[in-house]
Amino acid sequence: MNFILDYYNYWIVVFLMMAGFYIVISANNLVKKIVGLNVFQTSVFMLYISMGKVSGGTAPILVDGVTLYSNPLPHVLILTAIVVGVATTSVGLALIVRIKRAYGTVEENEFKNQDDAI
Amino acid sequence: MGELIDLVLLAMLAITAIRIIFLKDLFAVVMLFGIYSFLSALIFINLDAVDVAFTEASVGAGISTVLMLGTLALTNRKEKESSHSSILPLLVVCITGAALIYGTLDMPPFGHPNNPVHEHVAPRYIEESPKEVGLPNMVTSVLASYRGFDTLGETVVVFAAVIGVLSLLGVRRQEENDTPESGFRAHHVLQVVARVVIPLIILFALYVQFHGDFGPGGGFQAGVIAAAAFILYSLVFGLSSAFAVVGPKFLQLLASIGVLLYASVGLFSIYKGGQFLDYNKLAADPIVGQHYGIIIIELGVGITVFAVMLSIFYAFGSQAERSNIR
Amino acid sequence: MFEQHLIALPILLPLIAAPITLILGHSRLSWMFATAISALACYFSWHLLTATLTESVLSYAVGGWSPPWGIELRVDVANAFVLLAVSALSTLVLIYSKDSIEKEIESSKHALYYTAHLLCLAGLSGILLTGDAFNLFVFLEISSLATYTLVSLASDRRCLTAAFRYLIMGTIGATFILIGVGMLYMKTGTLNMLDLAIRIDVYESSRTINTGLAFIMVGVSIKLALFPLHMWLPAAYTHAPSAVTAFLASTATKVAFYVMIRFIFTIFGLNYVFEEMGMDLILMVLAIVAIFKCSYMATVQSNVKTVLAYSSVAQIGYMILGISLVSVTGLMAGLIHIFNHALMKGALFMAVGAVFYRVGSVEISAFKGLGKQMPFTMAAFTIAGLSIIGVPLTVGFISKWYLVTAALEQQHWILAALVLVGSLLAVVYMGRVIEAAYFQKPPASQDSNQVKEAPWLMLLPMWILVLANIYFGIDTSLTTEAASSASEWLFQTSSIAAANSAEVSQ
Repeated sequence: MNFILDYYNYWIVVFLMMAGFYIVISANNLVKKIVGLNVFQTSVFMLYISMGKVSGGTAPILVDGVTLYSNPLPHVLILTAIVVGVATTSVGLALIVRIKRAYGTVEENEFKNQDDAI
Repeated sequence: MGELIDLVLLAMLAITAIRIIFLKDLFAVVMLFGIYSFLSALIFINLDAVDVAFTEASVGAGISTVLMLGTLALTNRKEKESSHSSILPLLVVCITGAALIYGTLDMPPFGHPNNPVHEHVAPRYIEESPKEVGLPNMVTSVLASYRGFDTLGETVVVFAAVIGVLSLLGVRRQEENDTPESGFRAHHVLQVVARVVIPLIILFALYVQFHGDFGPGGGFQAGVIAAAAFILYSLVFGLSSAFAVVGPKFLQLLASIGVLLYASVGLFSIYKGGQFLDYNKLAADPIVGQHYGIIIIELGVGITVFAVMLSIFYAFGSQAERSNIR
Repeated sequence: MFEQHLIALPILLPLIAAPITLILGHSRLSWMFATAISALACYFSWHLLTATLTESVLSYAVGGWSPPWGIELRVDVANAFVLLAVSALSTLVLIYSKDSIEKEIESSKHALYYTAHLLCLAGLSGILLTGDAFNLFVFLEISSLATYTLVSLASDRRCLTAAFRYLIMGTIGATFILIGVGMLYMKTGTLNMLDLAIRIDVYESSRTINTGLAFIMVGVSIKLALFPLHMWLPAAYTHAPSAVTAFLASTATKVAFYVMIRFIFTIFGLNYVFEEMGMDLILMVLAIVAIFKCSYMATVQSNVKTVLAYSSVAQIGYMILGISLVSVTGLMAGLIHIFNHALMKGALFMAVGAVFYRVGSVEISAFKGLGKQMPFTMAAFTIAGLSIIGVPLTVGFISKWYLVTAALEQQHWILAALVLVGSLLAVVYMGRVIEAAYFQKPPASQDSNQVKEAPWLMLLPMWILVLANIYFGIDTSLTTEAASSASEWLFQTSSIAAANSAEVSQ
């Protein structure tokens, strides 16, 4: 039971990661691929933040009377990673808009066929 | 109790993720993604990561969702049936998932204060940073000072994103689009409310910008919130009015200035005889130097993030107006 | 005043120059500014290399905080050598770009092209010089985003889908690296590379660290285009603007290869990766499949850029084969091939870009008769092609020589034979193009009679690379000295980490 309590957090996060990863590699529509990528990345962030948590601690902002704080380093890393993620998303979505204009579709099987026909 | 909240939130996330896999209506998928993002922000709060929750809510649930909706407005709303089988992706996902689960078996248990991550590097941040850097918010100390180079890299990533979006979409000129229907001019209630709310949002953005040393906040969140104010303005009053207030060319200049401001703090440190981004050298008293350094670089970050987020919105928004989508 | 900051300069120069280039906005001005900055960065990286050849390791604590609490930039001969290749190629490609992008990118986007190129250079330099695992991820994303932008600047619409596929695969790769680094961090509590090396040794037989290694390896392999994760490369190289392909083919995958070496040798340590986890066998098999499958694919393509793209994946196979042999000579062969391949492929793609500039197409059929009409360009293509095949007096021969020597040292007769067979396939795929250029008549249309030689601004960097191909093929002192001392240093410090950890755990 203790073992499960110690690890359930990680297992559910792994499940979320795999759900996002599955969406990325199996979706036909490009916008859905980007959504899947974001789900995947957000779940990875949860993994990092889970490892920084200290039971009984509080947010790492100095407050009088509190001695136990959660670890600030994973927070810093994930702040950076979130911004990197949205940067990638915006470039990806801009590409999708251009692909729609150039091919008339954003379904992967449809524009692949158009290219092969050239 | 904390664990119970955690469990409930994670379960809701799992349901949302599964629903996203099977839905074909992309508008609903994007909305569910917004929900996913907000739920993860709640989980971050539960895990004591307040700065991260703030950023995830504003950047992940805010900007990402807006851009995805903007893209949907320009493409299809429904996903078509896929022709290829899903056996191979399922196989790949199962193998990867199994590898990850295998990896978790040896992990340090969740929440224990003696885990390796809490030793060696972190204690100095927690114990010494209020004395070395002088700020209550340890996340800001680490982000802006100890690992300031990472944050410079992050600002440059944001800058690279605007370069990408500008080169792909550009911001189209808005001469023909001053029709009365652009924006929500006909909706008077929205106009009145927007006129009241927008200044408050900008004020809040400034508060977040400068208060990041003492509580959750900082340049990124502030930049996004400020951009949100202007995005609201352009939605209600029309893109051309927004262009008149803050023009696209000016935003490109701002984006560059933010990065240069950040880098020039580092160069000034070198000029004063220290390493790049050594804030101790910026003033006679090292702690004062740290404060100067952090305030200026956070300002640089805030300016760049504001300019980039608004530019990207302009780029997507001007495509929509051109194709007459309301 | 600059000397103590020498390490930071190759990153800072392009990083600060990029926003300035955006502000400049003007095509000509941006070109001159970007080229000057790149040349300056190249000059400093040369100094860095000579410094590391005497002093082994240089370290720079950014922000004045000593590692592992602050971020450290750490240079030894290995990354200084790769940095020299990257910055030199960057400068030459920028010189070449001025004329090349006139025909391939719309003029309103020229300033954006130069800005993106500088961002890519800054990102690659950051990856090479950093000593912090998470900082590596941040700079990896800077260079990746810049790369997706650069690929999508072409006018052919297929560059958009190529860029998108590259974006998806690249981001998956980067996320895998992030997961791997997270697992390492979870077990050791640090992000600094040297610190990780010491602490991982203590926790070696942990499942978490094994999984971390696996994810990092897969993530880096995607960026490296190691078979079977190379699917993004052929389309991206074929449809990107020629100058972009010339730059990417010579630098991006090589930097990923450096990252793999750094993780294997410095952070995880030889014993762990090769003996305990058996990575050498996996890498060897994948390398051989890459060499043969991709060399074969190169022989059946009709678009010359696609031929060269598959050839690049095969060449990466040669590099991986070098490290999978787990010997000083093997690693040295891999390192020297980073430099040599940059020279070869840079010249080849520049030549193909020149053909596109004048003829407008890069199908093999468009090359007919160009031997007479564009003599300098095709001569450059031929010499670089001979280099790929591995003819003596070229750098390609040097790389193949060391690789075969490394294989023979370990009595892998079959491997040595396979390397030579790979060269035969190169004869076929290069030969088809050279045959079209020299032994076939140009198509009898009106335009083809007006095909002239390429502009001198494109020929100059092309021929600098070709002459370098020959020079370093004859006088190998610089490259072999750098590669062998890098290789020896990496092997040495791989065991030092183990020795250090013995002190820590006591």
